[in-house]
Order: sequence, then structure tokens, then C-alpha cells
Amino acid sequence: MATSPYDVAVVGAGPAGLAAAAAALAGGARVALIDAGRQPGGQYWRHRPGDLGAVADLHHDLGAFRALVAGVAGAVRYFGQHVWNVSGSAADGFAVLTAETEVAARSLVLAPGAYDRQVPFRSWDLPGVYTAGGAQALLKGNEVLVGRRVVVGGTGPFLLPVAAGLAARGAHVAGVYEANAPAGWARHTAAVLPVAAKLTEGAGYAAALARHRVPFHSRRAVVAAHGEQAVEAVTVAKLDREWRIVPGSERIVECDAVAVGWGFTPQLELPLALGVATRVDADGSLVVEVDERQRTSVPGVYVAGEACGVGGAPLAVAEGEIAGTAAVAAPVPARLRRRRRALRRFAAAMHAVHPVRDGWQSWLGDDTLVCRCEEVTAGEVRAAVDDLGATDARTAKLLSRAGMGWCQGRVCGYATACLTASASGSATVSALDLQGVSERPIAVPISLGRLAGDAGHTGQQ
Amino acid sequence: MSAAFEFDGRDIAFTEGQTVGAALVAAGVRSWRTTRREGRPRGVFCGIGICFDCLVTIDDVPNQRACLVPADADSIVRSQEGDGRGHLAV
Ligand SMILES: Cc1cc2nc3c(=O)[nH]c(=O)nc-3n(C[C@H](O)[C@H](O)[C@H](O)COP(=O)(O)OP(=O)(O)OC[C@H]3O[C@@H](n4cnc5c(N)ncnc54)[C@H](O)[C@@H]3O)c2cc1C
Ligand code: FES
Repeated sequence: MATSPYDVAVVGAGPAGLAAAAAALAGGARVALIDAGRQPGGQYWRHRPGDLGAVADLHHDLGAFRALVAGVAGAVRYFGQHVWNVSGSAADGFAVLTAETEVAARSLVLAPGAYDRQVPFRSWDLPGVYTAGGAQALLKGNEVLVGRRVVVGGTGPFLLPVAAGLAARGAHVAGVYEANAPAGWARHTAAVLPVAAKLTEGAGYAAALARHRVPFHSRRAVVAAHGEQAVEAVTVAKLDREWRIVPGSERIVECDAVAVGWGFTPQLELPLALGVATRVDADGSLVVEVDERQRTSVPGVYVAGEACGVGGAPLAVAEGEIAGTAAVAAPVPARLRRRRRALRRFAAAMHAVHPVRDGWQSWLGDDTLVCRCEEVTAGEVRAAVDDLGATDARTAKLLSRAGMGWCQGRVCGYATACLTASASGSATVSALDLQGVSERPIAVPISLGRLAGDAGHTGQQ
Repeated sequence: MSAAFEFDGRDIAFTEGQTVGAALVAAGVRSWRTTRREGRPRGVFCGIGICFDCLVTIDDVPNQRACLVPADADSIVRSQEGDGRGHLAV
């Protein structure tokens, strides 16, 4: 049954959504706060139900988190509810649909966050290979180590807290393999200095890694996994500037778990369902286009956090506060706008230092899986272009079935778009290609009963 | 406080608030499903409900994401072969 309309419905109770809800409440609005998770915090402040005392050592900015949780005390919470569709307009009001409820609101703040971006490598589907965020989620959310001897790889500053957390809880981290050369930061001091706290955080992790004797290797990547029923070792290799393997540099590293991440992919199903304008960000991700007040191209719809550009939790909080303030038509303080600008510049520098180069495609054999759900190989994706004539990612997906399985292309969409662009000779992946692998009819699989309007029949969450 | 659920005839210990998938990983169980085409083993990959690698049968309901479902001492958890596409409307 639909609720009577809230002034603002906020989807997502991570750093961005919490800040948005708190700001809207402070502006006197009636606010609904909706999240699939059972407690607030999103990915950054992930913890088990209850307080985060037990994992406090793995967290940052807990003071800010507690203040935000106190700030959203006046919101009506819809937790443990996955939103599968949003619809409506500023004129007619919006409807947020979960398996259990329909939340009505005059304006919307969408803060759905992101998930780990992946590129495939040989045998990456072996159990024991995890996304970097997945390893972090098991640790922060469950206090479980993914393995005893772990290799961490990919690119981006996020690899550091993952490795440091694993080491702090007793895993032997066999090495961090960063495909880029973080020394590149030196070129971006103008962007970095105004938010130097972010860098100090990085230095803290570097010290933690040194303390635990975790070797850090730049310009190296995990290019293959090995094992029968689960991962037993990986091949790491030195990369050239284009990320092709430097011949003869391959080395086998034994491990019982691997955590890999190549930046993040924003979750755009809900914003796309409302038809908001998008753009391709500096990191190659499709993101929602917003103005200085976090307004999208659709009146009444605001987006904050990773969904409008991956930039980390402090930026998500700043954007959330702006969105929540703007959603109640209050003036956005200049200090907030300045903070957002500084953190956005920092994010741009981060993306410039941690790009994903096309050379990863040369690590794959024809038989390397790209789509883990439908078990579609790199050879089959390339054949969709070379033999069947696909020239865009959506057609390649339809012909090869890459991205047509359970996860609806969330895991392989980026790789499929890149492989299609390369095979068809385009220099870059277009927004249209990314949109072709990001649009999904519904944001989460639910039962046919719910689709048919039978609200008593709740689906799989 | 520690409790346990049943998984393929054995006990898997968990602590309050852990998911089924996390408890399995902690117990050293790394896969509990095989794929349809190649029969490849699968367990947790993304850990946050995105990838659907971790599908498992809980109390006779197949295709539940082990990384999201809270562990419960009353549950009977079973590994899965292939996938039960018909059970999930996507
Ligand atoms: C697995 C993972 C772990 C991470 N861990 C860290 C870390 O330890 N340190 C760090 O600095 N950064 C981490 N990050 C990066 C993280 O994206 C940001 O730092 C930060 O959490 C972004 O804040 P946000 O509010 O934009 O999104 P998030 O924190 O991702 O919050 C989004 C929220 O929206 C909810 N949501 C999304 N879609 C729906 C829907 N359809 N229905 C209902 N609810 C929905 C989610 O459940 C989530 O709680 C992690 C990212 C991932 C993917
Ligand atoms: S591990 Fe990806 S959905 Fe559970």
C-alpha cells in the first residue's frame, strides 16, 4: 500500500544518503530513508547489526558516522528493503517500489553507491578469487578473513585499506599488485593539497603495510589464477605502459585467496529508470550528470555519492548534504560547495593516476571467461564482433549472451563494452555502449507475483 | 555467542549477524554451487549481492544469495548444481 507522500525519499543509507536525509530533516522535511541493508552505513561504514565497536579499528571517521546516524533519527526507515523501481515526476509525485511497500514522495534523492569494477583474467572464476570490496565486506560486515595467504591486486587507493585490514586481522598478505604507478600523484599536487587529509590516510595505510611487511608492487598485476576446485596460486607480471605483460616477468605466487578491484562502477539502474542524463566520467564509468546542487536533468530528482562519479566517502557525504539541502529548497552554503569542488578535483587526480589501460585484454585467452553467469568467453565476445558483425556493446551482448545472466551484466558489462570497442576498432568506449550494458528492466530480481501486483507475495531479496 | 546451521549434513558455526556465505567461508567452504554449462564451482565473489555467484538452497528455496542471507540456526543449507532459473523471475 502506498504511503502518504513524504517531502523527500532518500534511497541508500550509505555516506551520501545519510548526509542527504540528515540535511533534509534539518530543513524541516518529512523524510523516508530506504536501504536494502539492515543497518545504516553503506559500503564505507559496513558493520553487523548493532554497534560497530568490534570493527572500529577497521573504520575511519566514526565520529562523522555517529553524528549522521543521530541526524537521521527523525527519518522513517525502510531498511532491509531493496528498491526495484522508481517512477513519477515532480508534478505528479514519485513512487519508490520495494517488495514490501510503495513509498510516495515529492522529491527523490538517489544515493545507490557503486560496486567493484572488474576486468577478467584467466581462471578468475575460481572460488577464492574475490572482489576487493567483497573481501572488505566479509571483513567489516562479518569479521571473516577471505583466506590465510592473500594476494591483493588491481588499481586504486582502495587496495590499501583492503590489504591493511586483512593484515591487521591476521592474514598473511603475500603482496599488493598495483597496475599503475602511484608516484604519478606528484604531478597533481594542486588538486591534492587542499584535501591533504585524504593523502595522510593513504600514508597511514602505507605505514600499516610496512609494519605487517606487506610488499607493495607497482606496475604489476595478477594476470591469471590457478587451481582445480579453488585458487591455489596466481601469476603476477610486470606491465608496460599500455598494460601488456612484459615478457619473462611472470612469477607464480601461492595463495588461498585473491582480492581484486579496478575502481568502481556506479549503480545506475534507478536513476536510468527515471531517464536522467548521464555522462562518461574520467575513470571511464557511466555516471549521472548533476549540477552544483546535485540536481539531475529530471526535476525533483537529486543524485549524490558514487552514482554521480566515484570519489570516496568524504565526497559522498558532501554531495549528500548538498542534495538534501537542495531538495528542501534551502540555500546551499558556499563552504559546502567549495568542499565538494576540492574533493571532486582530488577524485579527478585519483582517476588520472589510476586509469584502466586496454592492455588487460591481451592477458586473456580465447577461452577466458568474460561473463561468469552465462559462461561466455572472450573468444565468443570477439566473435560476436568479428564474425557476427556487432559494432556496439548492446548487440555484442545480445549475440554472445555476455551480460544476459543472473547479474544482468553488472560484473562483465564494463569488460564486454571494452572488448567490443577494441574488436570493432573504436578508440574509446562510448556512453551509449556503457548505457547498453547498464540499463536493466528492474533493479533486482523479484518474484513474478510482485510484478503482477500481488504485494502479499514477496520475492527473493 | 556461537551457533551453527546445517550445510550438506554437517554443522557450520556462525556468530550473530554473519551471513550464510561468510560463515561458510570462515569454515573453509569456498564453493557450494556448480555452473550450468561447464559445471564450474562457485562461492562468494562480490560479497554484496551483485554477482549472484554465491547462490545456495536454504530451507528448500533455491537461488538465494548466501552473501546476503543472515545465518540462522534453524536453517538447512544445501549446495546446488546447475541453476534453477525457473525459480527466479528476472
Ligand atoms: C563492497 C565495497 C566495499 C567498500 N569498502 C570501502 C572501504 O572500506 N573504505 C572506503 O574508503 N571505501 C569503500 N568502498 C567505496 C565506497 O563506494 C565509498 O567510499 C562510499 O561508501 C560511497 O558512499 P555512497 O553513499 O555513495 O554509496 P554506498 O556506501 O555504496 O551506499 C549506497 C547504499 O545504497 C543502498 N542501495 C543501493 N541500491 C539500492 C536499491 N536498489 N534499493 C535499496 N538500497 C539500495 C546500498 O545498500 C547501500 O547501503 C567500498 C565499495 C564497495 C563496493
Ligand atoms: S557473492 Fe556476489 S551476490 Fe553473493
